[in-house]
Order: sequence, then C-alpha cells, then structure tokens
Amino acid sequence: MNSSQLLSFVTFMYGFAATFYIAAWIFKQTMPAKLARWVAIAGILMNAAGFILRWKESYDIGYGHAPLSNMYESLVFFALTIGIIYLFIEIRYKATVVGAFATPIAFLAMAYASLSPNVSDKIQPLIPALKSNWLIAHVVTCFFGYAAFAVAFGISIMYLIKSWAPDKESGILARLPGLNDLDELTHQMIMFGFLFLSIGIITGAVWANSAWGSYWSWDPKETWSLITWFVYATLLHARTMRGWYGKRIAYLSIIGFGAVLFTYFGVNYLPGLHSYGAV
Amino acid sequence: MKNKNPVWKFFVSVKLTVFLLLSLAATSVIGTIIPQNADPEIYFHKFGPFLFRLFEVLDIFDMYHAWWFQLLLFLLITNIVVCSIDRLSATWKLVFPKKIMFNLARFEKLKNKEAFSIDGLPGELEDKYTSFAAKKFGRQQVDKTGDGFVLFAEKWRWARFGVYIVHASVILLIIGAIIGSLFGFEGFANIPEGESVDSVRLRNSGRVQPLGFTIHNEDFDISFYDTGAPKEFRSSLTILENGQPMLKKDIIVNDPLRYNGISIYMASYGEMAPEKQAEHDFSMEIIHLNFTIKSSGMVYKRKTEIGKPVNIPEGNGTFTLTAFNPDAEFRGQNIGAALAGTLSPVQGEPMEVLLPLHFPNFDKMRRGAVVISVADQQKETFSPMKKEDVRYYSGLEVNRDPGVWVVYSGFIIMIVGCFITFFMSHQQICIEVMRKGNKSDVRIMGIANKNKIGMRRQVEKFAKHLANMR
Repeated sequence: MNSSQLLSFVTFMYGFAATFYIAAWIFKQTMPAKLARWVAIAGILMNAAGFILRWKESYDIGYGHAPLSNMYESLVFFALTIGIIYLFIEIRYKATVVGAFATPIAFLAMAYASLSPNVSDKIQPLIPALKSNWLIAHVVTCFFGYAAFAVAFGISIMYLIKSWAPDKESGILARLPGLNDLDELTHQMIMFGFLFLSIGIITGAVWANSAWGSYWSWDPKETWSLITWFVYATLLHARTMRGWYGKRIAYLSIIGFGAVLFTYFGVNYLPGLHSYGAV
Repeated sequence: MKNKNPVWKFFVSVKLTVFLLLSLAATSVIGTIIPQNADPEIYFHKFGPFLFRLFEVLDIFDMYHAWWFQLLLFLLITNIVVCSIDRLSATWKLVFPKKIMFNLARFEKLKNKEAFSIDGLPGELEDKYTSFAAKKFGRQQVDKTGDGFVLFAEKWRWARFGVYIVHASVILLIIGAIIGSLFGFEGFANIPEGESVDSVRLRNSGRVQPLGFTIHNEDFDISFYDTGAPKEFRSSLTILENGQPMLKKDIIVNDPLRYNGISIYMASYGEMAPEKQAEHDFSMEIIHLNFTIKSSGMVYKRKTEIGKPVNIPEGNGTFTLTAFNPDAEFRGQNIGAALAGTLSPVQGEPMEVLLPLHFPNFDKMRRGAVVISVADQQKETFSPMKKEDVRYYSGLEVNRDPGVWVVYSGFIIMIVGCFITFFMSHQQICIEVMRKGNKSDVRIMGIANKNKIGMRRQVEKFAKHLANMR
C-alpha cells in the first residue's frame, strides 16, 4: 500500500468520524460519540502514518524531501494539524461536540486532496527555490496557524447556532457548550493561531530574504497572509480593549477564516511568486 | 495633562486601531488583484483611458508605496506608540509597585471559589501549603488571622508587559524597513559566463550603483531532474578587489554570497544571444515560396521576387512579397530574418503576412486556407545550437540592506511578545485556612489578568491537590 492509498482511506475515516459526531450531537447518543472519537483518533494516526510514509517514499524515489511541497501534501498536512488541534481540545476541554464541527473540515481537506482532479498526488522533486531548511519551519507553523483558525471558525459557527436559543434546556442546541465557553474557546484558538501565523509569516520572510534577497515583496500570498493577520489583530484588539465578545467576535472569526482560505487557495488564481502551492 | 491634547486623544483611541487595521486589510486586497508595477501600456489596454487615469492618480499600480497607503501605515504606527505610552505608566505601576499588596476582599468577590475541609490544624498545614505555593508561584506572603492564616502567592507579574513587547517589535520592523530603504539598495546584474561586473543596475531608479569590488562569473550550471523540472541553478563566482581574488563561492538559490554587507543571490539565468551570422540579403533575388493548401493538403512551389505578384494555386487569390527584413520582430520577439508580403484572397480583405526564414511553420499560426513558407532554406541555418555551445549568463540579485538585522530582532521580539501576551498572565492565588474544631476549612481563590477559564481550572487542580496533601 502506498501513501496515497492510505491517505484516501483517511478521507473516509474523517468522513465517518464527522458523521458519528454529528449523529451523536443530533440524536443525543453517547455510543456514536465514543465511536466517533476512536474513529477520529485512528484517522489522525493513519493521517500521520501516511505523511511519514510519503516522506519515506520521496527518499526511495531519490527526491528526498518533506511532504510539504505542493497542494496535495499541504492539504494532507492541513487535515493532520486540524486533527491534532481538535484532539487537544477534546482531551483538555472535554468538549466532544466540537468534533461535529472540526472533523468535517479535516474531512473536506482530505476529500479535496484525494478527489479533486486539479490536485495531483504525484511525488514531485523540489524545485531550486523550495530547497531550503526553512521549508519545514515555514509550512508547519503556517498550517498550525491555519488549523487553529479553522477550528476557531467551527467553534464560531457553534456559537452562532447556540445563540439562537442559548437558554433552551433540551434539544440539540442545549447539547452545545455554553456561550461563554464557546466564546472563550474561540479566543484561545485565535490567540494560538495568531502566534503561529505570525511565526509562519516571519519564517517565510526570513526564507524569502535568503532566497530572493528581500524579506517582503508584496507578492499576493504575502499580502493575503498580512490581510489575514490584520483581521485577527483587529479581533484581538476589539476583544481585549473594546470588550467585544460573542456574536461580533464570532463574525470576525468567520471573516478571518475566509481570509485564511483565500490566502491558501484563492491566491493561486492571482499572479505572483508563490505558485508552488497551486500544483 | 496628555489627555487634554486633542491630537493625543485622537491617537489614543482603540477605535482608530480597529479602523486602521481593517482599512489596511481592505486596501491591501487591491494590489493583489491588480498586478503591481506592470507596463503602463498593459494597464491602459485593460482598464481604458478613464480608469487608467484615475488609478494612476491614486497610485494603484504601485499602491504599497503610494502616499495614502504609507499614510495609513504611519497612522497605525503613531496609534501604536501613543496607545502604548498612554497605558505604559499605569502598567508600570502595577508591575513595579512600591509594595506588593494582597487584598483578601478582591478575592472574596470572585464567583469561583474552591472549598474543602481537611483534618489537621492550620498550624500543621501552614508549612506544607507555603512550600507548595512557593514551588508553584514563587513570591508569597502569609498573614496570620485569629484562627488560622491567609496565604497569598503570585507569579508572572511582568507578563503584563507582553503587549508592549509586541508593539515595540512592530516599531522595530518599521524602523528596520526605513533603514533598509534609506541606506540600502536593490540591484541586479546579468553576467555572462567568463565576464565580470563592478557595478549593478538599481531596480527602482535604473541608476548604476558601483559596488567597490568586482564580481566575476566563472561558470553557470543548470541541472534537471529526469522529469525535466529544474534541479539546481549554480553560479561560480569570484569576488575581486584591485584585481586580487578575495572570495570564491558557488551560489545557488537559497544560498547567497555575502561580501562587505552586500548580498548576491542566484535569481535567474538566460542564454546569450548567438553570434549574429550575416543574413543573406534576399531583396534583389528570385525567391522560392511553398504554398500548402489546407483543403487538399497539396504543396506547390512557386518562383517570385519582391514586388511581383504570384497566383496562389487552386484559386486562392494572389500573394505579393513586399519587403525583406534581416532582423524582424513579432510581438516584441526577435524572429530573425523574415520576408513580408500581402495576401489577397478572392474574397475578403488583403492581409499582411510575415514569413520568417528560420521558422517554416510560422504561417500556420494564422490558421488561413493556405500556409506560405520560404522554400529551400539551407538546413544548417535552422539546426539548433549544440548544448555545449550554449553560453549562459547568470541573473544575479545584488542587494544591500543594513536594516535587516533590526527587522530580524523585531521578528524574534514579536514571537516572544506574542507568546507572553497570549499564554502568560499575571496570576495570583489566595489560600485561606481557618480552624474549625479539630479540622480546618480551606478556601482557594485565583485571579488572573487573562485566560480566566485557565485560572479557574488551575484553582480546581490546586484544591484537589491540597485536599489530598498529608
């Protein structure tokens, strides 16, 4: 079995986990929730195994680089980081319902990687610009940032759903965590994401300076990462200094994740230096 | 006194921060949709005269250096500086008070308190609890009460400075960028193999910048993977001063050469234009043309000369050669020697046709009913040059940026500052122990300036731990 086959299997694992989590949430069952957790954990482990296997395969072919060099590999890693962050929340905050909103995002990332005809799962050699020790540091930090924002997005959606009827004592809304907890969790995720996005932009700048001789050149990907940074910086300031919370923060978090998605995917349709991610 | 000043009042507002951050985010989008610093002609064609004029006035084509964008950045920096100064004195007093005062009343107001009852008198618990608090928190204070004691402890008071560290780092980035743009330069040089330069051309002004030393390009090498993708671009450079070699290094992408504060990067490469061979002059001669008729697939050879019309076979009209150009261009590309002619079909307008001598298939691009090419061109004129004969030039990016270390220290400080701001808070706990018969009642309360949920969880954990302490 090669890594691509293993990873397309991971797509189904995340799909099942998402289905079980949503079923457990809607039908108030503990059985599917437990099942979902184990399927999700198995999926994350297989995702990690697929990532490592692909790394090894690239050495076997003779290219020898970390699987972080194109759209397929980044999507696989994106799903893995979402899985890791989700698992951390599940363990630390014991908030199972979050799974119903986080695992679908990991599933969509893997489904897009495995099924889209525009995304090739072929292991390609590194072009000269990508041959740098900064590759791993830059991509890993960026994607932990993206993943934290993705999970924050999921929690913000939960917040907006919950805020329809926050005081209801039964039904699916009642099974969502309390508004304050969701709000605080969004904030925590965004702080984590902001730190990693900052490190991601910084490692990218240092890398650009060693490859092209300029740490900032306003190429569309750089600019969009900065736009994302501005949006989340706005959120953090509005919350800390102006006391914004709840719905307003949830909306900003959703807008911020829109900027993340554009930085990740949309920019590939614009002209610029960062075209590796598109292939 | 500061607060009275209207300018200060304007800049001290966080509303302004939110406005500026969102404006910067929104306007930055423009430059990612409209490619920056392209040829004005391209813009003119794309946007038409009105939008072109408007965008030019607003500097949209180089918007990140436009006055209004720089003004937004300047306002943001002023905003950051003013806000930080305005709040720093209060924070300073909190972090370095004359005497640290713990106030039981502040803790008693908290909603979340942990409480339990434990065997043993307050006197027996005091040592254990103080050593626990010392281990977890450090600075502490024990106040005796009538029937027990109150233990206060705290840590990370200085974490309140976190946000100022982040703001300082942003200011460092800007200072570094300004130093770079004032005292640095960005230039480039295309050096053919075996040749040298001692100056470069600047990117923004086109001025020539002397380097104070000579860059000699010994050799350029390119290697490919078996997929055909490029594997490595390598230039072997030697730095010379007064004719003396000072430094030799092979540079590749991601591994530049640094000398005297100037960095030399492997940026691009190209093939040198082949030595021009004198082209045969056709203007006075008999020329053979091939006419390939699309519908029948037949090829006809016809004799003609410049100015003399020739009938195109199968009733496809007439063709007249008009001129010979030894150095013709097509859409800005040099295509070498070419003949030009006018094709007059039976129906429709006459059209200009270009026949490059070296590209017999060129006229196919026109997608006409007939393909015309110049016949009997000597084979060797077309044969591509052998690999080893190709002479390359190395495209080098040559920069000096004395501000880069300021920017880099800003980067490190920003990461440290963000970590402190987001994940460290000034935490205080209060453990109150009161005698109740043979037992003691214990209450634990905690205050943090950030992450209140985390503090609550920590207090719960401490309570569990202290309740089971023997």
